[in-house]
Formats: sequence, structure tokens, C-alpha cells
Amino acid sequence: MDIHEYQAKELLRDYGVTVPPGGLAYSPEQAQYRAVEIGGDKWVVKAQIHSGARGKAGGIKVCSNEHEVVEAATELLGKRLVTHQTGAQGKIVNRLYIEAASDIDREIYVGIVLDRSAERVAVVASSEGGMEIEEIARSKPDSILRCSIEPAVGMQDFEAREIAFGLGLPPSLISRAVTILMGAYRAFRDLDAVMVEINPLVVTKDGRLLALDAKLAFDDNALFRRPGISELRDKSQEDPREMQAADRGLSYVGLDGNIGCIINGAGLAMATMDMIQHAGGSPANFLDIGGGASPERVAKAFKLVSNDENVEAILVNIFAGINRCDWVAEGVVQAVEAMDLKVPLVVRLAGTNVKAGQDILKNSGLPITMADTLAEAANKVVGAWRQGKQ
Amino acid sequence: MAILIDEKIPVIVQGFTGQIGTFHAQEMIDYGTNIVGGVTPGKGGGTHLGKPIFNTVKQAVNATGASASIVFVPPPFAADGIMEAADGGISYCVAITDGIPAHDMIRVKRYMRRYRAENRMCLTGPNCAGTISPGKAMLGIMPGHIYTPGRVGIVSRSGTLGYEAAAQLKAIGIGVSTSVGIGGDPINGSSFKDILELFEHDPDTVAVVMIGEIGGPQEAEAAQFFKENMSKPVLGYIAGLTAPKGRRMGHAGAIISAFGESAAEKVEILQECGVTVVPTPSDFGETITKVLA
Repeated sequence: MDIHEYQAKELLRDYGVTVPPGGLAYSPEQAQYRAVEIGGDKWVVKAQIHSGARGKAGGIKVCSNEHEVVEAATELLGKRLVTHQTGAQGKIVNRLYIEAASDIDREIYVGIVLDRSAERVAVVASSEGGMEIEEIARSKPDSILRCSIEPAVGMQDFEAREIAFGLGLPPSLISRAVTILMGAYRAFRDLDAVMVEINPLVVTKDGRLLALDAKLAFDDNALFRRPGISELRDKSQEDPREMQAADRGLSYVGLDGNIGCIINGAGLAMATMDMIQHAGGSPANFLDIGGGASPERVAKAFKLVSNDENVEAILVNIFAGINRCDWVAEGVVQAVEAMDLKVPLVVRLAGTNVKAGQDILKNSGLPITMADTLAEAANKVVGAWRQGKQ
Repeated sequence: MAILIDEKIPVIVQGFTGQIGTFHAQEMIDYGTNIVGGVTPGKGGGTHLGKPIFNTVKQAVNATGASASIVFVPPPFAADGIMEAADGGISYCVAITDGIPAHDMIRVKRYMRRYRAENRMCLTGPNCAGTISPGKAMLGIMPGHIYTPGRVGIVSRSGTLGYEAAAQLKAIGIGVSTSVGIGGDPINGSSFKDILELFEHDPDTVAVVMIGEIGGPQEAEAAQFFKENMSKPVLGYIAGLTAPKGRRMGHAGAIISAFGESAAEKVEILQECGVTVVPTPSDFGETITKVLA
């Protein structure tokens, strides 16, 4: 789960990470009020969306008077910002964060991630902050410092100190940097985060260390024990279809293609999508209805997939393990009978009682094309989709 | 022979009396797995499915001599259950539970390292379909009948995609020595490499099918291991060629977040290391036929 920059900063501040003074605004008037409240003569109006690279997308505006703050806020609120992380539909700006602008001397990158290879938490830092870590890894790989944290004892001060000195910070800022690094690590550990990113962490011209941007992502599997974090969820930043699916216990990811997919198991779902592409089609979605594939889930999946306007054909691929194919087939028949299906449907059943399942589909009188193998299913659904286009 | 499990290994079920544990324990007993009891804290002393219930893993091991366990404990308590097995004298543990927090798994892996390698429990999963040595024993939730006994090993992150491969093998009369699910989570008990190593040393396995997917470094590590240490052929398939970067595809671990984690990049690495790539998920049968010919 992702949260907004302002929420990340609030959380990190509680762990000793210094951030510029700022405040949240839902309207231009509030934005102006925040600017006055913060004081000074230069502010940054920042669109709060769940994405990086907001600056390039025009979502961050530096303002030198109250009038400019109001103007920036008016322009940004309600707008959909498109970055390379949001997809073409972009993300809506409902909240702004107004922050005191800082005079930047240098920019540093700090990231804390799950190192899947070492099975540990890794702290990553670079003196070349301000750009994305992938870009740093490409252009300045030697600047990257890494520290693998021993899980039994957690991060130690000396490790943070080594990073701080490694970044070339002046002696006067070392202890401040250690506090920030240790704080960010403790936030990661205590809040079940899977990523903390402070980019940039800046040294200001007047010699302070400040987190100018901050990003936190949390482990969905741990939200059950982090009710305070769950509350920070902003549903306006999520794909409505994916949210609807999640609420029904289905795992859905919307894509750009035309062939809707209903599959049990994440691996089989990905493999089926690959097979569709191999056959010359393009999947409209990833959808894992779970290993169980109960008739209720099949019905819900049909509703979800057929709600997508781009879907011009549907492929159901169920490998019935513990469940029987006849049971799954009944679910398919019920779901199709209950709805007005306007697109071709190909169903491939495999596993337990496959013959009985196919008989149920055949005898239903519904316009269902059946397939025995994965390849046949993909070819048939792509063929049906092509025919429908003509 | 097979790897990890056979018909003799005594097995306990952790989370024995729950709905899921009960259902699958019965399936495993019916398959022929030597289930000797189960653990549900607070219900020790009773019996369930005709087998004794214990309060702790240590009690179960002492009373039954169990050396393997299968974990159906719900996500909030599953990591604790796995560590209890590691400390209780279990040699092989399959964790079925889906939804264990990643930080808990870091803790589990660190905890297991407190034992010397020769005494350290082998863990597969979590978030997996389990392990089956066809015709001998099943420690998992898979449909046992789709596997026939034979000499090809299967190791897969995904459950149903592993079934797909097994069914394709069965359709052309090729059997399986052992099929191991390593699970779809970002941090898991055993890696592809760990299981390949076991297959390499198993005299009854002649080739291995490795079924990977997007996300994480394990397929690349396994390919490197194959190149340097293996004499048996390995067939590799990577799911998720159409998966977009940065999106989680169902499994907690199926997300492209770093260089080398996409399906195309992984396929390239497999090829470079000499692994036989299965071009599409419909080609498991055909590819193994060619390799074994």
C-alpha cells in the first residue's frame, strides 16, 4: 500500500527525520492560509498523488507570493497528473501540500528496501540525489552506498555513521544524518514498510539537513496489525476496478488489451496472458480468482471483466485441483445465464472431472467455445476476437 | 527415491483442527502420507481424524517421532508456527499459509540460522501448493491424481502453473519424481537453487522443470547454479512476459521492481546459462520430450 508524501513526512517526523514546515490544503483558499501560516517568502505547492516524478509532470510549483500560491492551487486541484508511473489515465489531485521552499546546497538519496536476495533489509544511499535510483545506478553507480542490516539486532549507529561519512557530509551534520538514517530505518521496521525513500534529502545553504520528498510503501500482508497505517489509504489514487476486485477477494490488474481473462492462480494467470500474446492477442487484465475458484467467485469475476469497455472477448482458464471441473462449470453457466454476455467466450477447464465439466458447458445451450489445452484456448479466443472485429 | 518426502516420513499438521487443515489433512491421509498427528495449541490430548492432537510441536515430535510438518496456521501466527517447528526437531517443513508479512519471514530466516547447517530445518513455502513425491506422499494442497510417479523433478513458484506442467507431462506419459512448490512470496524458505541442488543429488531424477515468474533474483541465481554445478538438464519457463513493470501480479513476490526481474530478462539469463527455455506455457510436454529423447 502506498501513501502520500505529506503522510510519509508526518510519519517520518515522528521518527526524528527533519522535514520543512508545511501543511495540507484541499482548496486554493486553504493553500493561501497555509502559506501565511508557514510564513517566509517562498513556498512550494505540491500535488499529492501516489506517484514519483511529479515535478516533470507539472505537479510541483514554486511560488513567491500568496497570489501565485492561489493560482498554482487552482490549477492543480482536480487535475489528473500523468507521470511515467501512473499510466495514461493519470492520477487525480485532490490534496495539495504547501511547504516552505528551501535553498538547496546539495541533494542526497536515501532508500530502505527489502533485499530479496540477502533476505534482509538494505539501506541504500547516494551523494547524487534528486534523480531516481535507477538513473543513479546507471549514470553514477560508484556513488551508491549499501548497508545490509543484520535482522536480529537491527541497524546500528556506526552503520548510519559510515553512510553519513561516505556521503561526504561535513562533521557538523554527521550526528543529524545518523538520527535521520536511524529514524528512517526504525520507521521501516516498526511500521512493516517495504520501502522508505527520502529523495532528495537536502543540505540547505544555511547548513540544515531536510527531507524534501519522502515515499513510504507498506506490506499489504501486514496491514492487519497496522490499523493506523490502513487508515492512510487514499482510494481516489487506486484503480476503481482493482479496488472493487480486492473488496471481493479477487486479485485484478487492469491492462490495455481487449481479451478479458478469468483464471485461477497467479502463475497460471500470467502464463495464460503470455499465451494470448503469443497467439497474437492482447490481454485486458490479470485476474486471479484464487485456487478455490468457487461458483460465486467465478460469477463476480465475470461481472468485473465484462464491465471493462475494452473487453471484446473473454477467456476462462481454470485448473480445478481440489475443486471439481463440474462444479466450476456450473458456476460459469450460472454467471453467464445471469448476465447479458455480448462478447465471445472461450472456456478451458482442466484437472479433476474435466469431462463432466465440459458436458455441463456443452449441454447448457450457451454460446461457449470450449478448448482442451492452453494453446487451443488462446488461439480460439484470439480467433473469436478477430472475427468479432470484422 | 525422491527428494524431501517419501511414504515413510512421519508428518504432523500444524493448524490441524482448523477447517483448511482438516480438509487437507484428510486428503493427504487418503493419498498415503504418513500423518502421525497434529498440533493445535489448547486442544492437546484429544484426537482428530483418528490422530492425536498436541499442544506443542515438541510434544508431537517426542510422542510420534515426526520429522516433517505442514503449516496451515493463519498468517498472523504462521511465522511463529514455522519457528516452533524449526526449534522442535522438525527436519522438513512445508508452509502453505498465504499472507505472512515479509518482515516476519526475515525473522524466520534469521531464526533458522541459529542451527548448524546439518541440524537446520528445510523450509519450503510459504504461499505454496506444497510438495508431492507421486505414489509415495503428498505434503500439500495439490490434486494428487494429476501426477504420475516418474523421473522428472518439478520446482515452481506458482501452484496452478505447476499443475499445468504436471498435467502436460502426464498426458504424454512422463512421470514426476518430486514436485516442489517454493511459493509466491518475496522471501521464502527455499530458493530454486536450493531445490535444484537436491534434484541434482537425487539418483532417481533425470531432469528438472523449473517454473519461475517475474520479480526477485531467484531464477537468475538458479541459472548460474545450473551452469556451474549441474549435470542434469533443466527446463525453465518464466511467466509474466505481458506483466507491466511495478505492478504486483497476484503473488506478493511477483512484481518487477529492479533490473533483471522481468520475464524477458530472466529468459535471457536462463538461455545464457544453458537452461532449456520452455517457450510458452503450452510447451512443457513437448520440450521435456525433446530433452529426454
